[in-house]
Amino acid sequence: MEASTTALLYLNGINVSFDGFRALNNLSLAVEPGEMRAIIGPNGAGKTTMMDVVTGKTRPDNGDVVFAGQHDLSKLDETQIATLGIGRKFQKPTVFEMHTVEDNLMLALKNDRRPIGMVRWGTTSGEDVRINRILDTIRLGTLRDRQAGSLAHGQKQWLEIGMLLAQEPQLLLIDEPVAGMTDNETRQTAELLKEINRDKTVVVVEHDMTFVRELGVKVTCLHEGTVIAEGTLDQVSSNERVIEVYLGR
Amino acid sequence: MTPLMRILDRGSVIFLAVLAAATILIPLLNLALPETSLFHVPTYLVALFGKYVCYAILALSIDLIWGYVGILSLGHGAFFALGGYAMGMYLMRQIGTRGVYANPILPDFMVFLNWPELPVFWYGFQHLPYALLMVVLVPGALAFVFGWFAFRSRVTGVYLSIITQALTFALLLGFFRNDFGFGGNNGLTDFKDILGFNVQAQSTRASLFALSCIALAIGFLICRALVTSKFGKMLVAIRDAEPRTRFLGYRAESYKVFVFTLSACMAGVAGALYVPQVGIINPSEFSPANSIEAVIWVAVGGRGTLIGAVIGAILVNYAKTTFTSGPLAPYWLFMLGGLFVAVTLLLPRGVVGTWQWWTQKRRALAAAKTPAAPPTTQAAE
Amino acid sequence: MRALPDRLVALLFALAIALTAPAFAQPAPAADPPAAAEPAAPALTGLAGALAHFLEDDFAETDTGIGEVAATADPRAATIIEALQDGRLSFSAEEKKVFYKDASGNLIDALSGAPVAAEPADLSDVRLNNRVRRALDAAIGGLSLQAREPAKRLQSAEAVFKSREGSVLPALDAAIAKETDAKIKQAMVEARAAVIINSEDASEVDKLTAIGVVRARGDQEALNLLAGLPAGSPASVQRAARDAVASMQSKLAAWATVQNAWYGLSLGSVLLLAAIGLAITFGVMGVINMAHGEMVMIGAYVTFMVQEYIRTSSPALFDYSLLIAVPIAFVVAGLIGILIEQSVIRFLYGRPLETLLATWGISLILQQAVRTAFGPTNREVGAPSWMSGTFSVGQINITYGRLWIILFTMAVFVGLLGLLRFTRMGLEMRAVTQNRSMAASMGIRTARVDALTFGLGSGIAGIAGVALSQIDNVSPNLGQGYIIDSFLVVVFGGVGNLWGTLVAALTLGIANKFLEPFAGAVLAKIAILVFIILFIQKRPRGLFALKGRAVEA
Repeated sequence: MEASTTALLYLNGINVSFDGFRALNNLSLAVEPGEMRAIIGPNGAGKTTMMDVVTGKTRPDNGDVVFAGQHDLSKLDETQIATLGIGRKFQKPTVFEMHTVEDNLMLALKNDRRPIGMVRWGTTSGEDVRINRILDTIRLGTLRDRQAGSLAHGQKQWLEIGMLLAQEPQLLLIDEPVAGMTDNETRQTAELLKEINRDKTVVVVEHDMTFVRELGVKVTCLHEGTVIAEGTLDQVSSNERVIEVYLGR
Repeated sequence: MTPLMRILDRGSVIFLAVLAAATILIPLLNLALPETSLFHVPTYLVALFGKYVCYAILALSIDLIWGYVGILSLGHGAFFALGGYAMGMYLMRQIGTRGVYANPILPDFMVFLNWPELPVFWYGFQHLPYALLMVVLVPGALAFVFGWFAFRSRVTGVYLSIITQALTFALLLGFFRNDFGFGGNNGLTDFKDILGFNVQAQSTRASLFALSCIALAIGFLICRALVTSKFGKMLVAIRDAEPRTRFLGYRAESYKVFVFTLSACMAGVAGALYVPQVGIINPSEFSPANSIEAVIWVAVGGRGTLIGAVIGAILVNYAKTTFTSGPLAPYWLFMLGGLFVAVTLLLPRGVVGTWQWWTQKRRALAAAKTPAAPPTTQAAE
Repeated sequence: MRALPDRLVALLFALAIALTAPAFAQPAPAADPPAAAEPAAPALTGLAGALAHFLEDDFAETDTGIGEVAATADPRAATIIEALQDGRLSFSAEEKKVFYKDASGNLIDALSGAPVAAEPADLSDVRLNNRVRRALDAAIGGLSLQAREPAKRLQSAEAVFKSREGSVLPALDAAIAKETDAKIKQAMVEARAAVIINSEDASEVDKLTAIGVVRARGDQEALNLLAGLPAGSPASVQRAARDAVASMQSKLAAWATVQNAWYGLSLGSVLLLAAIGLAITFGVMGVINMAHGEMVMIGAYVTFMVQEYIRTSSPALFDYSLLIAVPIAFVVAGLIGILIEQSVIRFLYGRPLETLLATWGISLILQQAVRTAFGPTNREVGAPSWMSGTFSVGQINITYGRLWIILFTMAVFVGLLGLLRFTRMGLEMRAVTQNRSMAASMGIRTARVDALTFGLGSGIAGIAGVALSQIDNVSPNLGQGYIIDSFLVVVFGGVGNLWGTLVAALTLGIANKFLEPFAGAVLAKIAILVFIILFIQKRPRGLFALKGRAVEA
């Protein structure tokens, strides 16, 4: 573990293999506090596996995963990592479909997570304020009492991002937030992420280049489990190797 | 809304009212009216209804974990039977010198097996409070240990179901053995009295029935309180998207262990009330078939509805009593098997669930007709 | 079905079985009747002299008489001794003759063997007491040492080995001298050694030689014999016995291990047979078929019906009944499986818990249907001649039935593996196992694959039923005993991996049999169960699990 780094998220020399298939190959990456980073790369480049490693779903075969310069994430499980302040949005929107939008956010609010603290009914006024603020941010204020399962695809994506916000994390990992969204929704989502980035660090995995351009942030391109280019979108997209394996000529 | 209003919705109030009426009326009609009266409830029926109520408590405990957390236990009969055995041990020790061998300490089967003294785990069961504690503790402890291992290792779905079935199967094999110290094949029976009252007496049976109803009401209220609380919402969340809850920072396994243990305790209480009313507890209560049958009661009534579990337990068992005592007895297993298939294929929400779904849909339709209705986006489901 | 090491382990199992099986499979040594040792020329005087002892009505005299009669090796001796044992021997002191009553109650002169017309007036029974009875038993043992039938001679040699009765020593010596069958002779020599070790007047040298003989025998009986040396044996003898006991104990322990491994292998193959169909349906379709055990049961009933038909129509074919039943059971169970899949299961995909409940309902229906048709009691399924009998290898006994079941299981396993590897259907099944939606988009008709897979799994369960009908009670409840064990095997081995199922079944079978001597059958089962629960904690996807992205979906 390197204590000298200032990075909020620091990956160094990560290897992960499944039955001989190397999903991550000596992957190194550093995300500074307050930064927003876009990760691009072809299918099977290891983007989702990287998120799995950071959030404790997959244990790396070796390498360092350090959060805020002090927590070795490779030794913690999902719950502990989430409690440290890392939120994750899945590729496929995952919300509690049987619950209302409000209840989804209420369950996500940073609070006592132990079972004993949960035996209570309704929300406090403080919680209501926080829920309202998030509803405004994710633009779902009018759908507060709707069952989450009945939301449109894009709305589910926003609700999931809202749940991440409710967790009050330091770092948000967002996997393909605009998949299946209309152009208009994509633009709104970019706005939303920029807004969130004002006080939180964000890592976004995305295929949609328009969206990535819209974000206007530093880009990392992964291929076969390793970083092949890093820099502004223009720098990365002019990189020979990136063009060859990902963007196409 | 106050918490109480959340817990006691209209359906719950009606259910509790009906239950209260049964608790008072059935014993009253049995004890106060002469046998010749048209409204007299015969004692055998009181015992039968008492049995149904115990099954309803068991069904409630299964619904709590299956309906709300998605844990399909095929071994809940084991917790029921363990509670039953704890109560049976108390009843055995009440027999005293009235047994065939008139041994003041040892139950008959131990004398028969030439055991010199009472095994340590039988100590204390002559006291009802201790026995009652064990009724809750033994199933609870087993469920806690089992759940701790199973849920921590994220064993879910059919894997968990089969392991619970294997658990009850292992207990079945164990309790069949004489050297386990619970009467082997024959189990515990020939009970004489409970707290000094004759278990066969009409008034005792009526009281046991009323007690069972009260236990059902308390169990229902506990479940209802839990599922309407934030805790209950978490359970449903775990059922529908367990990974999401972990990434939100919840320790899903703690919730599962807690609710699984609670459910096992409830099943234990059901078993304890069941034993004095039927007068016997033997290893066949552990048979996997019994546990699966209890699951189908819940499926018939509608899982995740609590009231449905109670109704399902009573409906299926009423049908069982009717058919197995009539000329159609050989066909009962065909009907039960058909019920499993029919409910899963045709009525996946169960009776109460379907009714709730239907009324909700009607209300939504009515709301959509009024002009002030909010714009509806197309529903994903 | 990828990792090479997994396969190597499994292959080693299979090879070991395949290699050892033919060695075991040699037929039990045919008991070739030796040239029957005809008794020597009748020694009338000897017999007459011996019989005279019975006339005294004195226990000591009777005792001597028994010994002498037995020692004559006269063909009539056996009849006389047996009559004495049954209380049919009588004598007349006046006529100085001994008589016995034959089976039809006629009085017969013991010496001449001729019926006696008039019963002597002073006829009285030869009386027995315990001491005399002991002498009688020994005499009978000694006499049958020279019986005509080899089996009887062997049996009485073994009896002497156990009884260590000193009085048969002369008869034993005589029998050894005459015996031509090497195996029986060996048994007699061992019996003689046993007698000598326990005799008070044998010399130290003789006893030491005898210990050597018994030590070479090396089984549990021999161990008991040497461990229970009579008090007052010379020190050198005791030392030799101690040495022998120590060496035999370690050898016996080794044999016990082999025997346990064999039992475990046998149990494991039964588990494998029952689980393998489930492994396919669960692996490919993710469906728990709780009616799987009932498919096994149906296979067993098909065997029963085939045998009934053969018994009435062409009994000569009885030895082939199982072979005939195998394809029929496969087809019947397979068709029922397809019917179940088409009528119920296909409506429940994606809802595994509901499938579990629905198939449980089906299992109840099938059980009750069979109960209605065939009655609730056990049905008798016979064993063909080539499946009955045992043979021994060293100190372990192997029954042909078990051996054939192991071979049959391996054949089914290999056949299934070949089917998956080399046929179009197998390819499609593997594709669906690994990635259902991708397979569907490649144009594989997954619905058809599901139906066929279910039929295949059920058919194999039916075949398992044919084999299990040989070792289990054929009743409507037959299947229930297998479903839990089968599922545990599949889970332990890893879903979607037949090699895993093989290793899991054999491991669980052997572990069970090795635990049983310490813990008893029930506790062994419980221990295995707890082990699997702990194991699943470590590796939730079994021994040889598929890993990677496809699994997570």
